Amino acid sequence: MADVIRAAGLVKTYGDVHALDGLDLAVPEGTVLGLLGPNGAGKTTAVRILTTLLEPDSGSAEVAGIDVRKRPAEVRARIGLSGQYAAVDEYLTGFENLDMIGRLYGLGRRPSRDRARELLESFDLSDAGDRPVKTYSGGMRRRLDLAGSLVARPPVLFLDEPTTGLDPRSRTDMWEVINDLVKSGTTLLLTTQYLEEADRLADRIVVIDHGKSIAEGTADELKAQVGGERIELVVASAEDLPTSRDILAQLAEGAVGIDDHTRRVTAPVTGGAGVLIEALRRLDAAGVTLHDVALRRPTLDDVFLTLTGHAAEIEADAAADTDVPLAEATR
Amino acid sequence: MTTLTKSMPAPGPLTPSRFKVFTDGAVVAKRNLIKIKRVPDLLVFSTMSPIMFILLFAYVFGSAIHPPGIGYREFLIPGIFVQTVIFGSTLTGAGLADDIQKGIIDRFRSLPMSRSAVLVGRTTSDVLNNVLVVVIMSGTGLLVGWRIRSSVGEAIVGFLLLLAFAYAISWIMAVVGLIVPSPEVVNNASFMIIFPLTFIANTFVPTQGFPTVLKAIANWNPVSSLAQASRQLFGNTGTTPLPNSPWSLHHPIIYTLLWIVGILIVFVPLAVRQYKRAASR
Ligand SMILES: Nc1ncnc2c1ncn2[C@@H]1O[C@H](COP(=O)(O)OP(=O)(O)O)[C@@H](O)[C@H]1O
Ligand SMILES: [Mg+2]
Repeated sequence: MADVIRAAGLVKTYGDVHALDGLDLAVPEGTVLGLLGPNGAGKTTAVRILTTLLEPDSGSAEVAGIDVRKRPAEVRARIGLSGQYAAVDEYLTGFENLDMIGRLYGLGRRPSRDRARELLESFDLSDAGDRPVKTYSGGMRRRLDLAGSLVARPPVLFLDEPTTGLDPRSRTDMWEVINDLVKSGTTLLLTTQYLEEADRLADRIVVIDHGKSIAEGTADELKAQVGGERIELVVASAEDLPTSRDILAQLAEGAVGIDDHTRRVTAPVTGGAGVLIEALRRLDAAGVTLHDVALRRPTLDDVFLTLTGHAAEIEADAAADTDVPLAEATR
Repeated sequence: MTTLTKSMPAPGPLTPSRFKVFTDGAVVAKRNLIKIKRVPDLLVFSTMSPIMFILLFAYVFGSAIHPPGIGYREFLIPGIFVQTVIFGSTLTGAGLADDIQKGIIDRFRSLPMSRSAVLVGRTTSDVLNNVLVVVIMSGTGLLVGWRIRSSVGEAIVGFLLLLAFAYAISWIMAVVGLIVPSPEVVNNASFMIIFPLTFIANTFVPTQGFPTVLKAIANWNPVSSLAQASRQLFGNTGTTPLPNSPWSLHHPIIYTLLWIVGILIVFVPLAVRQYKRAASR
């Protein structure tokens, strides 16, 4: 299948910051690529170059077979973009926002209005459609912004962190919307800081850090590199460590790790909460007292730790962003 | 949800219509005007200060300033018009800076719309805003004793010249708005420029008493020629310009028109170029 989005050797520097440092991408038609990376990894820069908003210093990119640097106007006629921050006009109503975009895509008066109503309906915004966007919640704005990128039914769609800053409920809603969207055959490039999100939505994932691709594969392939989920527990008394290890070894998929100093036992498992409950039952029966217990899934942090040997810079990111997705993901 | 993208018409090669800059510009202008309608405070505040100016100057300075051959209020009102429409054009810069900050310009730039339509639409809606402002100002002027003593035709040309000059200034403000980081900075920067520009001129007081250097600047300042042209076209001139005034004040309409054309020739391409590279900040 032909690659609808293709980028080779994209470089973009700002002063001595390498926003992109030789990024290659390929997205086959009708598939979803998740571009996964922490704050500052270069995700937005990549999206801006692919959507003709920014000229790379070097490298080439094609969207729908068209060179983004040489024929940007033709690229714009074929793409939809929903940027990292909802770019909707506060003072216009939802309907007016969509109608304006329709007209600017060159739709006639009637088709543009009909399309606006249709999209409001699809995105569950009909009731709010005639209210100024100022009164919308964050989730509603994001949905409206996404609707705006779909006005002209573009075959190629770019979504830059579509759920960052949303509450968990709105996030799940947004995932459903995007899932429905890709079922209809749109080629999608999606950026995210959440492994879970890439997992839910993307066919393939490219992990980037400091403007470079550091890993690529399906969600399962990436998780396999990092290891699956595991039970972590801290026992109250060091005497219980051997018992705990033996019990967990019966349930674990691999070697059980013990840290005597912190009295922590770690066991890779499959089977999720069921395994955890079974483990707790057996530990309880053996009279082991626990200080702490958790079922941990691999997080972006783990991916990073494994792939780069350094942790994603959570501290700096938390300060730079109102939302703290990385810290949240580790919880 | 499958209706979202199915029955997708193959997006054929765009036929960039020659008129797309105007149709797209109209869409953008309409959007800006909706904002003026929804946030009437904007209009209220942009007219409050000129009304205050009229009242302060007319009643505080009015007794001290005696332009030759004419009452001060008749002299003053065209000057206030000039200052007000120039301030009105700062809306262009502030609006663009705001749109960049909110990512709206990025959205526009990702659409297959005309590259200059955002600027055309912005400057157009700001001129329409200025029309409203001028109407309100004229009403206030009439209340304090200003009168149009020329013909209707001349008065209309007078208003058009004011709006045309403000339109040209809008394109300068567009460049400013596309460069500076926020609407607040646009507002502060334009204050710093517009106050000296409108005060070192015959806007509020006759220039006869100015020190030599300031007087030379004032004489050739297009703000002076615009104020002079307005006074002539509204019939508020008295004996000005004085016989020893320079060419610019003897032919204020032509001199002002030359400035308008000059500004547009320089700043329209500059603004369009800056728009194309404007990055969201
Ligand atoms: N306009 C800019 N000026 C200076 N530095 C920038 C600019 N845009 C991005 N950067 C820097 O480039 C790097 C990548 O940014 P970005 O692409 O926004 O990352 P992400 O979207 O993954 O968070 C960051 O270090 C960021 O600070
Ligand atoms: Mg980003």
